[in-house]
Amino acid sequence: MILRDIVTQLDLQVLAGEGALDQEVTGGYIADLLSCVMAGAQPGQLWFTLQTHLNIVAVASLVGVAAIVITEAAAVGPETINRAAGEGVVLLRSAEPTFETVMKLARLL
Amino acid sequence: MIPPLIVDEALRKGLHIIAVTDHNAVGNAAAVMEAAVGSGLWVMPGMELQCQEEVDALCLFDTLEQAQAWEAQVRAVALPFRHDAERFGPQYRVNAEGDFIAEDDSFYQGPAQIPLEEAAAAVHALGGLFIPAHIERPMKGLLGVLGLWPAQLRADAAELSPNLRPSAARQRFRLPPELPLITSSDAHWLAVIGSVMTIFVLEGPPSIAELRRALCGEGERRVVVP
Repeated sequence: MILRDIVTQLDLQVLAGEGALDQEVTGGYIADLLSCVMAGAQPGQLWFTLQTHLNIVAVASLVGVAAIVITEAAAVGPETINRAAGEGVVLLRSAEPTFETVMKLARLL
Repeated sequence: MIPPLIVDEALRKGLHIIAVTDHNAVGNAAAVMEAAVGSGLWVMPGMELQCQEEVDALCLFDTLEQAQAWEAQVRAVALPFRHDAERFGPQYRVNAEGDFIAEDDSFYQGPAQIPLEEAAAAVHALGGLFIPAHIERPMKGLLGVLGLWPAQLRADAAELSPNLRPSAARQRFRLPPELPLITSSDAHWLAVIGSVMTIFVLEGPPSIAELRRALCGEGERRVVVP
């Protein structure tokens, strides 16, 4: 499925990376411990997390995930958004908690 | 873990400096400081902060006033719960002799809603040291939670768990070469006090400023993990 379609269907807010929404999404990964994401997430996946520290951009870039999806409308600082924009990392935000967001995605796949 | 026994155990183990660092709390530091008066043991008031990202960090101060000012900032952003003594056991405040003063139902678990870098800046503004704790632990350790050492973080050192040597930590993780590494016992029981330690070679009476100079390697000062 194409990332842009997921953004529309799940009503996600695009915080950064507007120019990189036409990529294929291969699956998903859920974790708030970044060491787990580094070890377990795969390129092309959507990474769902509540963690908003600046390091999420570095980890997303390292793994090559399709996008970070911040859930539960968690507040994201300008440093994180600017870094994501600078590194071409797609940063999305869902108003709903992780479970509901992922359930919606599962119905689309 | 009452104050006179903590002081006795530290002295028996040959320690010169200890820090009292309860989780998001400073309440019992004064009693241990008082119990150590005249003993030759320097007791730093401090806290093991859990910040918003769920990373633990040691915050160490010279004076009780600084530590209490920091505690007030942390309380203002603590999770809005009360401590459940029936489920988790009572939290006591004691005096320097170890006698009961009061039961405390403040909620000290969980993260304080302050970001890691902001916490470091606030502790520094109060004159304290900011040292992320047991950084290699999968939970609550900076590297476990945040994956990588954040380049923008202004920390005075990083603490390793007792079973991890600094040389091994530097091989396993990409840490800034200039970041001092220390280890401490994280003692939750008397017997564990002094089980591991870091030697701070100082050139003057112990103070936060002297510890900072030792961490920076100023003059002949240095830190050694034996």
